[in-house]
This record gives sequence, C-alpha cells and structure tokens, in this order.
Amino acid sequence: MQQNKEYQTTNTMAFKQLINGGALLNTSESKPLVKNSKKLLALLAVFMLLGTNVLMAQTETASATTADKPGVDWLSVGYYVLLFVLLAIAIAVVGKILKVYDLSQQIQGKKGIQWNNVMGIICLIFLVAGLGGAYWDITVQGSMTLPEAASKHGVKIDAMFLTTTIITLIVFVITQILLFTFLFRYRHSAKRRAYFLPHNNTIEKIWTIVPAIVLTVLVIFGFFTWQEVENSSDVKGQPASLNIDITGHQFAWEIRYPGTDGILGKKNFRLIVGSNKLGIDYKDKHSFDDLQADTLVLPVNKTIRLNIFSQDVIHSVYLPHFRVQQNAVPGLPTFFKFTPTITTAEMRRKVDDPKFEYLLYCNKICGGSHYNMQKVVRVVTEGEYRQWIAKQKPYLTYPLMKELKLAQAGQNKSISQNRLALNN
Amino acid sequence: MSTLSVHDHGVVHHEEGHEHHHDTFLTKYVFSQDHKMIAKQFLITGITMAVIAMLLSILFRIQLAYPDKAFPLLETLLGRFAPEGRLDPEFYLSLVTIHGTIMVFFVLTAGLSGTFSNLLIPLQVGARDMASPFINMLSYWLFLTACVIMLSSFFVQKGPAGPGWTIYPPLSALPTAMKGSGMGMTLWLISMVCFVASSLMGGINYVSTVLNMRTKGMDLWKMPLTIWAFFLTAILGVLSFPVLVAGVVLLIFDRSFGTSFYLSDIVVNGQVMPFEGGSPILFQHLFWFLGHPEVYIVIMPAMGISSEIMSVNSRKPIFGYHAMVYSLIGITVLSFIVWGHHMFITGMNPFLGGVFMITTLIIAVPSAVKTFNWLATLWRGNIRFTPAMLFAIGMVSFFISGGLTGIFLGNAALDINLHDTYFVVAHFHLVMGSAAIFGMLAGVYHWFPKMFGKMMDEKLGYLHFWLTFIGAYLVFFPMHFMGLDGVPRRYYAFTEFASMQRWLSVNMFITWAAIMSACAQVAFLYNFVHSIFWGKKAIQNPWQANTLEWTTPVEHIHGNWPGEIPTVYRWPYDYSKPGAEEDFILQTTPFSQTMSSNLPHDFEDNPAGMEELSKWTSTQKANEEVK
Repeated sequence: MQQNKEYQTTNTMAFKQLINGGALLNTSESKPLVKNSKKLLALLAVFMLLGTNVLMAQTETASATTADKPGVDWLSVGYYVLLFVLLAIAIAVVGKILKVYDLSQQIQGKKGIQWNNVMGIICLIFLVAGLGGAYWDITVQGSMTLPEAASKHGVKIDAMFLTTTIITLIVFVITQILLFTFLFRYRHSAKRRAYFLPHNNTIEKIWTIVPAIVLTVLVIFGFFTWQEVENSSDVKGQPASLNIDITGHQFAWEIRYPGTDGILGKKNFRLIVGSNKLGIDYKDKHSFDDLQADTLVLPVNKTIRLNIFSQDVIHSVYLPHFRVQQNAVPGLPTFFKFTPTITTAEMRRKVDDPKFEYLLYCNKICGGSHYNMQKVVRVVTEGEYRQWIAKQKPYLTYPLMKELKLAQAGQNKSISQNRLALNN
Repeated sequence: MSTLSVHDHGVVHHEEGHEHHHDTFLTKYVFSQDHKMIAKQFLITGITMAVIAMLLSILFRIQLAYPDKAFPLLETLLGRFAPEGRLDPEFYLSLVTIHGTIMVFFVLTAGLSGTFSNLLIPLQVGARDMASPFINMLSYWLFLTACVIMLSSFFVQKGPAGPGWTIYPPLSALPTAMKGSGMGMTLWLISMVCFVASSLMGGINYVSTVLNMRTKGMDLWKMPLTIWAFFLTAILGVLSFPVLVAGVVLLIFDRSFGTSFYLSDIVVNGQVMPFEGGSPILFQHLFWFLGHPEVYIVIMPAMGISSEIMSVNSRKPIFGYHAMVYSLIGITVLSFIVWGHHMFITGMNPFLGGVFMITTLIIAVPSAVKTFNWLATLWRGNIRFTPAMLFAIGMVSFFISGGLTGIFLGNAALDINLHDTYFVVAHFHLVMGSAAIFGMLAGVYHWFPKMFGKMMDEKLGYLHFWLTFIGAYLVFFPMHFMGLDGVPRRYYAFTEFASMQRWLSVNMFITWAAIMSACAQVAFLYNFVHSIFWGKKAIQNPWQANTLEWTTPVEHIHGNWPGEIPTVYRWPYDYSKPGAEEDFILQTTPFSQTMSSNLPHDFEDNPAGMEELSKWTSTQKANEEVK
C-alpha cells in the first residue's frame, strides 16, 4: 500500500509538471516547444508505466480482498479517470502544437497544413490497414467458426453460404477499394475543378441489371434449398423418420422418445402436474412406453423428425452443427426434419478435440437463465443407439401408474364396452 | 395554388414576429413553435438519449468481457441490479432491451428524423415554418414524455423491460416469466404509445409541408435528396407506426385484461394458465410490419443527408439524381412487404418464408444502385474533407459492409443457422446502427452553422471521425465470426459453454474497442457544446452549397427569410458546371444569369428555355465568326 501511495505522488507530480508544460506550450515559441513536447512524451510514458504498476498491484490486492469484503476500488477507478483526463490534455496539447505550427507556417508565407491531403493519405492508409485487418480476421477468426455440416441438408446450406460469401467478398473488396482510392485520388486541389457528370443512363442501367441478375441467381438457389429443407413432412414410400419430442420450458429441455411401438403418445398442456411435467395423455395407449432421456442421442444416417414444443415462452431449438434451428412456440407445435451424417466420434477426430460434443441450445431470449439452456447431442451408430435406447426409462413410472390406475382402469373398461357395443 | 397559400401563411407569420418582439424564455426555448428551435430540442434530447444508451452498452460489454470478475463500483452505481459487483442476468437483458429501444426509436428515429426533417424541410423547400407548428411542438413534447417514461423504468423495483427490444410475447406478456416483464414492461408500452403519437404528429407534418408548402418553382424534381428522403421516411412512418400501436394495445389487453390474443397453452411455474387460442406469431407479424419499415425509417434520412453532403463536398452533382429518387421510392414500397424475413424460423409457414425471401433480396437492388451512385459521385470530384464529408463517407462504407451481410440473412436457407446469432448483431449494427448514426453525425457537422450560427472545430471532428470509424469496425467486424460459430445473441455470459469460451479474448477486444469509441464521443460532445457558446461565427454559406437554407440569414428569425421567400429556378446540384464562374450555382439563380453554363439538358421540359438557349448559342457562334 505504501508503495502505491508513492506511485500516486509521483503520478500527481508528473501530472502537475505536465500541466505546467502544457501551459508553457501555449505561450512559448516553437523551439522550446519541441523540447517540451519531448519531455512531455517521456513523462507520459513514465506515467503510464507507473500507472500500470499501480493497476497491477491493485488488481492483485483486490482479487485477494474481494472474497471477504467487496469494496469499491476507488484508486483504480481514479486511475482510469486520470488516464482519460491526461489523454484528453495530451490531445489538446497536440492540437495546440498543430495550430501554432500551422500559424507559424502561414506567417512565413507558406501554406500550412493541407488537411485535405492529410485526410486523403489517412484514407489510403485506412484502406490498406482495413483490408489487411479484414484478411487477418477472415483467416484467423474465420477458422474458429463451426466445423463442416453434420447433416444432409447442412451440406447444401454450406455450399450456398460459400457461394454467397465469395460473391459478397468480391463486391466488398472492390467497392471499398473504389471508395477510399477515389477519396485519395480526387482530394481537393484549388487548381482543379470537379468533372460535371450528372448522370449516364447506360452505366446506371448496367449497375441496376447486374446486381439484379446476381440476386436472382441467389434467390432461385436459396428458394429451392429452403423448400427442400423445410417441406419435409414424411413422404409415402420413404422409410418413416424417427420421431422425437423436444419441449422447452424455463430453463431446460425435455426429450421424449417413442417406445417399441415407434409412436409418441398424445399430450395436453392441461394435464401438466408435478408428476407429469410434459402433460402426457395416458388415455392414449401409445404413450405408455414413451421414454425419457437426458441426452439427445441420434442414430447416424437416419431421418430425424424433431417435434418442437414450448410450455411457457418462446424458445428456439438450435443445433448449429446440423444447421438446424426452429423456434419452440407455445400453442403452435413446430418440427424440423434432418438427417445427421457424422457421428460424434467421427467429428471428434475431424476437429481434433476428444472432448467435442454436439450441442443443442436455446437461441431465443427466454428469461434470466437463457444463457444456460443446453442439451448434449450425441450422434451414434445404429447399434449403439439400440443399446442406449434399451436403457432409457419410460415416463410412466410405477408411482405414476398407481396414481393413474383407477382412472385408467375405468377408461379401459369403457373402451371395451364401447367396442362391444360397436360389435353388436 | 400552393405557392399562393405559402405566401399568405408567410405574411401572417411575419407579422406575428413583429408583434412579439420579446419572446419570453418559455416561448422561445421551451414551448417553442419555431421549427428551428424544435429541431434543436430534438437534437439535444436525441444526443442525451444516445449517450445514455451508449453507456448502457458499455455496461453490458463489460459483463461480456469479464464474466467472472466482480466490479464493486457497479454495485455502488446500480445497487440491487448488480449484487456483489456482478450484473444480475435479468438486468443484463434489461440493459440490452433498453439500449436497443433507445437507439432505434429515440435516437435514430426521433433524434435523426425529428432533428433534420424539422430543420431542413421548411428551409430547403422554402417555407416559413411547418404546416402545423403547434402539432410540431406537441410532437416534441410527447417525445420527451416518452423518453422520461422510458428512463423512469430504471427506478421501479424490478427494473426496466427485459424481453428484448422486440418484446415478443409470451415473455413480455407474463409478468411472472421474468423481472423485466413486470412494471418495467408496462412503462415500456406506455412510453412507446407516446412515442408513436409523437412520431405520427411529426410525420403528418412533414408530409403535408413537403406537399403543400414548397416555394415558387420548387417542383418535386427540384427538391434536394434530403427532402425526398425525409418525405418518404415520413410516409413510411405514418403508414407503419399505427400497426405497432395496434400490436401494443393487444399486448396491453393480454397483460392486464386476461385476453388471449397472443397466448395459448401456457404453464408457468407449474401453474396451468387459462389462455387459449392466441398466437405469439400474430404479434411478430404486427411488430415486424412496423419493425422492418422502421429500419428504413432509420437509414433513409441518413442516405438523404449523406447524398447531399457528398455532393456539396465533392463539388459535383449527385450522380443519377433520378435513380437516387426512384431507388428511395423502391425501398419505401418494398420495405412494406419484407417483414417476414425476421420470422423465417419462428414457425411461420415455410412457403411464406420463400416469398419473403424473394422480396427481401429484391430490395438489395435499389440499395446497390444507391451505393454505386455514391461512388460515381466521388469519381473525378474535388473532394473537401470536412468532418461532415468524412462521416458521410463512413456511412457509405458501413452501408456496404453491413448491407452485404444482409444478403446472407435475407436468404431463408442461410438464416436457419444465422438467425439470432452474433452475425445478426454485426449486420444490423453496421447497416442501420453505425451507418445511420454516421448519417446523423454528418448532418450535425454540416448543418451546425445553420442551427447555431457557429462553426464546429474541424480538427476535433477529424479525431472524432477516425476514432469512431475505426472503433466501430473493430467492434462489429469480429462479431460476424462469432455468429458463424453459432454464438447466440442476448446471452448473459458464455461461460456455460466450453465451445464458446475461446471467444472470450475476442469479447474482451470488442469491449475495449467499444470503450475507445465511447471515449471518442467526448471529443464530439465537447466540440458540440463548446462550439455552441464559443465557436467561430459562421458565415451565411460556409460550405458554398446550392440549397435554399443557405440563403437565409445566419441569425435565426421567425419565418426564416426576412423578405419574400426566394423563387427556385434549378435543381440543387449544379456544382462545378462548365462555363460557370464559381463551382456552385444557387438554386435561386435564374438560368438567364448563367447563359454561359446552361446545357440543353437543363431545359428538357422547357421548350421556351430551350429556344432561348439555342438562340444564345447561335449568337455566340456568330460573334465568334465575326471575330
């Protein structure tokens, strides 16, 4: 602490000197001015160095003390404020220096700073640095994005994404280059006059029609891909897809697999109680063997139909690796059909990460814990899937069965009576 | 007809001005009915709201960069919203919501349209004031009321509204679903109703002023692009804002009177709710029927302002004036039939998704035309880098960068994976956030002499521009890649996902870039305030521009022009015309005074003028021959 105080005093001293220096700058002539500004820079550097030390010390002590007594660390707050004020003063000083320089040049009959040239050059620098930065970003962070699509339709989406990226990147680079080189090339000059060109119908037609054609191509491809992805109800003749129910509520997902009959039982939100949190309708025989699961396990290369429900607010089922997303809307059951093509084990090898997991998470704002509403998704071979599904427990537990027994028995009786009646 | 009524109106006002020589403080600065003062009121309120919304964004950026760290200062500042120095997750969502709401509605709609439509429509079309000055005043005061109500929600027990600026029910309709759906949400809805009323009053005023009060000679095709943009923006607002009110009123019914417009099959905390038969999708349709035109309400004035400023400072006519107007009209019409692209994966019929995708990608064509025309305007210009010009250029750069990613999001198939990720955040912050705010700042720098009679400091403007421009790119460019990695927006922290933790360093970088940009705004605020009081006195036409507002005296007078309103003879973009003495010709200069620079093109619909021109050229030729 003692040390910190020492730093603080040096800081304030430096600060005072700096202000004095700044005041000096305003009045003195250009020669000592340069000298002063050098001194100033040195002081600034020293200050920053010391300041960082103070900060480091502070964060260390702060992290040590927060555990028992969190208090505002006014010193480091003050440090930041002081740093900002100092920066502002430094900028003001630089501004004054420039002004004085400009005026002295003008007194000597020279032109002074040509701001149009300065800005033109900065534009050019920005263009080069910006394109370089964009390239760096695309290569470095671009490689941090999702791995290849792990579903059949995802591959098509990715192809489309690549086409769109190439087209837009070309347009991006060309237009930005034109914009900033024009700025440099045609910066103001008192000797020149701009070229009076109010319009040119030919060129305007060209740059209306060309984007229109490119966009038409993108629209057509996009439209058919979209239709293919979305119009995916089971077609006759195709092998039936595996139906899985996924229900969102604040803040978790419930997964329901069909049992041996392969059909999910009916649900009704009015039946929801503590022991039946999905509101499964046990009057429907298909619901007896419905299974509950903690993980969304999917057999590879088999068509999956996710039936999506919500019990309270809108959620969104998002499986980015499979390029799947569909909102879960209360009162409006939705679904998404897709075919996973890469098993988790395979993907682990591909991304070279033994801990990799496919994930399902919520992607529509749904409340305080929206940021942590996830399920692990595991794609496995058909054999592994069978083994796994055999271990899952049904929703209809023994206590629930007991609870429902009376009603159930009565129901069965009435059904059989009806049948009898019909037979007669 | 119209000019006659303008004249009468003007005379009445002028006399009024003489009667009340001594405006009281209250009538001059507070309950002013003068469009120039109302514009200033809108501007200063807008800037204040922008600063508040920016500070909110810094708060949640700090949370995203340091999710594991406690900042005791936050507890001191925010109290129960940041227990033990960490933001409450639900308060985080409130911050995001209020940041979005303030920026979209209060800054970029009211702050931008309100300021510049009010200032420029009467000045640039040649009118003494708005069609209805009283409604204009009312518009501002309703806006201020809306601002106050919105901010007051920070002082209620459970905090401000939190279900995102799109307030999708059922989250926003069930007070038990989250803290931000309680009292804060009620205040949000009330504030928004006030805001829409204000916006409608403004819009109706703008439309009627442009249509009825243009000065003599100012036909529609002689209006500057700013006026075209404000006019079409106002039409958009007048047609789409009422739909939001309809949606909001039904939501109020659902919240408070037990109706089920948007609600069905809901169980909260194990409690089965009685709602049945409603559809949350209905709200989304109503919301986005406004919400999509809204983004064009935000960007079109910025486009108009930038077009004007780029033409003035390139000393060149805007390239393809007619194409610029037609593309604005195209955007206006199309923007009403694209709202479904916000709902591709919400459960809307997929066929509709396909249709909306087609309309959405069509709207890219007029946008592309505008971009190319801006580039052509710069080509072979004589570019003066005023701060306003730099901001206008920044607007174009952002519009390109952000607009191109719109082609991804407008494509329903690609939207499946990009919807609600950081890719979307990057897209709209560039194309309607940064671009629109740059348009607004360009306007402030350009028309500051007109508003306050003083000049702003250019050097500080340069500093402000470059720091903000670079900062905005540093903030939003990396977000694209987070989105491509499937990182969702509106997440309080990315600590719960192992796969998202590698973005922590990027988040820290973004936060510091955001803090830098925020600090850069101090340069603007200082410049703005300092220049109002101690700035260099402005001359009448500091930018050597052609438009009518620069023919008014520097000192503001009620009624704008001391004598008769000037007559307009030509379009506003005669810059660097060959044969002319100077590189600009005011709109009020008749062709008879500029015989040496007249072109056949100037008289396309004017056979008498054409005859004059041919007569003049033949005599010129004859003279030359004689020589």
